[in-house]
Order: sequence, then structure tokens, then C-alpha cells
Amino acid sequence: MQTLPKERHYETLSYLPPMTDQQILKQIQYLLAQGYIPAIEFEKDPTPTDHHWTLWKLPLFNATTPQEVLNEVRECKAQYPDHYIRVIGFDNIRQCQALSFIVYKPNASRF
Amino acid sequence: MAQVGFKAGVQDYRLTYYTPDYTPKDTDLLACFRVTPQPGVPPEEAAAAVAAESSTGTWTTVWTDNLTDLERYKGRCYNIEPVPGEENQYFAFVAYPLDLFEEGSVTNILTSLVGNVFGFKALRALRLEDIRVPVALVKTFQGPPHGIVVERDKLNKYGRPLLGCTIKPKLGLSAKNYGRAVYECLRGGLDFTKDDENINSQPFMRWRDRFLFVQEAVQKAQAETGEIKGHYLNVTAPTCEEMLKRAEFAKEIGAIIIMHDFLTAGFTANTTLAKWCRDNGVLLHIHRAMHAVIDRQKNHGIHFRVLAKCLRLSGGDHLHSGTVVGKLEGDRAATLGFIDLMREDYVEEDRSRGIFFTQDYASMPGVLPVASGGIHVWHMPALLEIFGDDACFQFGGGTLGHPWGNAPGATANRVALEACVQARNEGRSLAREGNEIIKEAARWCPELAAACELWKEIKFEFDTVDTL
Repeated sequence: MQTLPKERHYETLSYLPPMTDQQILKQIQYLLAQGYIPAIEFEKDPTPTDHHWTLWKLPLFNATTPQEVLNEVRECKAQYPDHYIRVIGFDNIRQCQALSFIVYKPNASRF
Repeated sequence: MAQVGFKAGVQDYRLTYYTPDYTPKDTDLLACFRVTPQPGVPPEEAAAAVAAESSTGTWTTVWTDNLTDLERYKGRCYNIEPVPGEENQYFAFVAYPLDLFEEGSVTNILTSLVGNVFGFKALRALRLEDIRVPVALVKTFQGPPHGIVVERDKLNKYGRPLLGCTIKPKLGLSAKNYGRAVYECLRGGLDFTKDDENINSQPFMRWRDRFLFVQEAVQKAQAETGEIKGHYLNVTAPTCEEMLKRAEFAKEIGAIIIMHDFLTAGFTANTTLAKWCRDNGVLLHIHRAMHAVIDRQKNHGIHFRVLAKCLRLSGGDHLHSGTVVGKLEGDRAATLGFIDLMREDYVEEDRSRGIFFTQDYASMPGVLPVASGGIHVWHMPALLEIFGDDACFQFGGGTLGHPWGNAPGATANRVALEACVQARNEGRSLAREGNEIIKEAARWCPELAAACELWKEIKFEFDTVDTL
């Protein structure tokens, strides 16, 4: 029997071990395959009710390959290494945000 | 008098109310009934009687019939089909003119459609299978206070189903002990916990005490995990005034979601609460106690797809839908059919899924289906495959029954869910590789490993139990 440690989480996929680049590429591929518009958000110390994190540049309307999106994530990480980073997807048909998943946690524990 | 006056008497219903040549109008409300006539009653007469008794008719002609225009107001049976595989059962299709119904009132629709007619002597049994609410009438309803899209934005949760848990034992915990159970579940990774439906305000735990301890638990879990949490505070009450009082208090202390039992409390109360919820920005979870009394018999009552449709009109952000895989199994195709009726904006007629009419909701928000009852970590791949992302999975025993307690139980479920989401997005088949995906995650997550050991692997199959 174990007591569950107190840990902070950052919504979808934050209960999994940190993803490798290869795994992140697959998630971005899924996002693009749904027809969603990818974007990158970052925030230093987000609280649960921070609905908006800061947008990295603009949504990547013209991205066609997962690698292009990952390159932006890397650039964002290089500039803001102590910030959390997530990839989000917009659905312009349903007119809403459709996806979000965490891709970088500066102080990752086991998750 | 006889020649120039009024001819009293009893007329066959079919003379007035069976009109097979009628083409339904876009503005008509359509209904499909499963009719079982008494022996000796022809199907046309039984079906016409249903149309008559659920609209303008009564058993004998009355002189005041002549002061109105029955052609404008009467319901019409426009089609009759024998039910495949059943003896002496018929689908009767009835069209009702729009003017028969008050705007924005589910109560009024049901009072007409499933009123006196269900006790009618000429019928052995009667079931309302489906209704088509015309856009002209849909637009008079507010519908869900927020809907799936707004709920996700409010909660900041995307690309995965939500996770919940009903706190047990359902009756008899003190408010403080109850709050602890809530905190442990939420800190472990669930999004929601839930009051059981029969927890209202009993001597062992009055509503106000429960609300306060639960809200403290929610806020503590939220601060610690960094994720938005909620607990469905049940505001179902003896009177509407009391219901609204509890809702107001929930809002005051910062609750983001409350809950209501729409069938036992009634549609008028539910619609009132749904409007309050939109006005006050509080999400509304809907439980469905009593539904099986109404929808379980195949030949009598109301099918759940009609109740679900009525709830969407009346208003609710979540509604229990059954799991397809858990202890309360339902036919998969029929369940998916009414899940579409909860979530989608436009649903095509599809008899193979029990959908008798094309329904256009004209941009009314969707209701999030809640799958609850007898499910555990091994069901996760099947649940995700069946429901997709827009659903809430509620593991009661499957969280609280974890050998290490609520928080590790919640983590096990959350990890299992995210492992399945990740695998699906990577293009893996949940149907074929489901158990393997869970086992892989259990290798690095001891909480999940403990859950996997306690509960048995399931076979991922979809044999139909009920037929349509």
C-alpha cells in the first residue's frame, strides 16, 4: 500500500511520463489529421483557472507536418526553459478549441 | 332539430384521425408509438385513437367540435407499420400541428403525447418510441445551460473524456467524512465527484453542511493538483423554492456544478433550474432516477431516447446514458443512437439505431453523456472506443474500491484513461490492443498495477443483449 504523493498536473496527458519527441510528433500528427489548427501556449506558473496561457507567435495556420510544429515547441522551450508548454488545436468549423496536451514541464516528477 | 342541429354519438376514430394520405409538415411535431391493440381492435382504429386522445379527440362527438377547425388542430395518424418480428404490434406515426403546444414547455408536450392515452381501454400496451420536434418548436427552448463546448472551455479540459465518481456509501456518511472522500478522489486525478441521487438533505447530513465541506475539499484538491475540479451538489429538493435556495448557496460558495434529478423532480422544476444555471454560470448535471420505470418495458412506456431528447430541450449539461459495457448493459446500437441525440446538432433517421426521425437541433448546445455503473480500469479502452472524447466516465466502485483507497484509485483511472487517449491518437487500435495498453501503463504506475490485479480483465466484445 502506498500514499499518493501530492503532485501538480496540467490536464490532458499530464498523467503520463514526459513524452519523447517521437511521441509528441504522433500527437501532433493526430491533431493535424483531425483538421485542427495547431498552436503553442506557454506559462510560467499557471493556476487552474488560467484559461489562457500566453500564445507563442500566432496559431500555425500553415503547418502541414508535425515537425514544423515541434520545431516551434523547441524554439519556445529554448526561449522559456522555465515555462510549461502545451500544444492546442482549434477547430474552425465548430468554432472552438478542440485539443490541448502538455508537452513540456520544467519540474517534472514521475509524470 | 335533427336536421338543422347537431348529430350526437360515438364515431370511429379512424374516420377523423387516420389519414394515410397526409404528408407531415416541417412544422409538425411527429411521434412514433408502438401500439398493441386489444384483441379484435383493428390497428387503424387503435392508432387513430392514439392520435385522437393525444390531441383534440374525446370518446364521443360534442357540439363544440363544430366551433373549431379540427383540420387545423387534430393530430393525425399518417402511417402504420407492423413491428418486425412481433405479433399484433404496430408502429403508428402521428403528426401534431405546432399550435397544439406551448412554447418552451416539455411538460406540455408530454402531457399531450403521453397523457390519458396510455390508459386507453382499446390498447393493451403503448410505447412512445421517438419524437421529432420541429425546428420551429426547438427554437422556443433554451436547452442545456452551457453545453459540451462551453463546459470544456470553463473546465480547461480538452481532447479526452472527463472522469467522475459517485461517493459511497450512498447514504449515512457525515458531512465531514463525505468531504474527505471527495478530496481524496479529486486529488488523485478525477475531474468530478458526485452526490448520489438520493442524497438530498437527510438527518445524517443536511445539505448546507455537505455543501460547505465538499466545497472545501474541491478547492483544496484544485489548489494542489493545478486542475479544475467539481462536485455535483445535488439540489433536488421538496419544493422549487428550496431547490433554488440550495442552488444559490452552491453558487455563493463557488461551486461550478450542481445536480438535479429531472424525472422525480419533474420537467417544470428542471427547466426552471436549467434557466437559473445559464443565468448564473453554473453547470448542471442531470441524474435519471425513475427512468427504468418508464423505459424498461419494450411494449409500454417511453423509450429513453425520448426522455433524453426532452431533457436536452428542458436543459442539462450532463445526462446519464448507460455504459454499454458495465453492470447496466444496453444494446450498443440503440445506446449510440440516443447518445447522438444528446450530443449532435443534426441526427439522421436510422432505424438500425432506433432513430425514427431526422432531428435538427438548430444549434442547441449538446448534452455530455455520462457512463456510470460497474466499470473499472479494464473497461477504459472499450469506453473510449465507444464514446469518444465527449463523455464523462464515472467509476464509483472502480475508484473507491481500490485496495489503497480513493486517491490511488483515482490515479489508476486517470492514468488508464490517458494511456488509452495517447495510444488512440498514435493510431493504435483500442479494440485489439486495449488490454495491452493498460498493462504497459501498469508497468510504470503502481496505482494502476494494483487496480489491474484486483479487477479482472474483460473481453472486449459487443454482443447485443436487447434488440431494437
